[in-house]
Amino acid sequence: MNFWVELLISVLLILGGVFVLVGSIGLIRLKDLYVRLHAPTKATTLGLGGILLGSMVYMSHQHGYLTIHELLITLFLVITAPVTAHILAKVAMHHEVPMMKRTRNAEHVSTARKQQAPGDTKDQD
Amino acid sequence: MLEWSMIAVGVMLCVALFLNLWRLLIGPHVVDRILALDTMYINSIALILLYGMYNGTQLYFEAALLIAMLGFVSSVAFGKYLLRGDIIE
Repeated sequence: MNFWVELLISVLLILGGVFVLVGSIGLIRLKDLYVRLHAPTKATTLGLGGILLGSMVYMSHQHGYLTIHELLITLFLVITAPVTAHILAKVAMHHEVPMMKRTRNAEHVSTARKQQAPGDTKDQD
Repeated sequence: MLEWSMIAVGVMLCVALFLNLWRLLIGPHVVDRILALDTMYINSIALILLYGMYNGTQLYFEAALLIAMLGFVSSVAFGKYLLRGDIIE
């Protein structure tokens, strides 16, 4: 295999692996759930993107034609990771998971829990 | 060089999976455990793709795609259950 192709694949793979590891270290190190939600949902998506790009380059070089079906997983994860993070944050807010002491605007959480969806007038009378 | 970097990335991914497992075990609230499980899904996709690259085959791609879809659906189902008390209303 060509040296420069090998170098490119190695750099992409190691970049991806470092991002995944940083996301998991953030999951352990950070203080409360709302902060902890930040680390894996961003870092692992980026890290997996690096590993998938490396895999794409490797498979394209090995087979001699361009293979882009790894982009399918990247597209799927880029669409679904924010949805998962949003649902988990909503669950945490409604279950009143405790926050850090110096969280700003924490008093708005109780207001937000009382809010209804627009057009939902079932319980208002 | 490529083989060594693949092994190094595999070690990094395994360490990341163990850290996620630790959070899954100690997580103070159930939402922490769901978040750790979702992260474990994503990291195992990366590990399976890396194993497919190491063997030079594309057979593992479909497995990775399946795990990605199942991970998303299961995380959303856990979230909906905790939020509404039911998954499909």
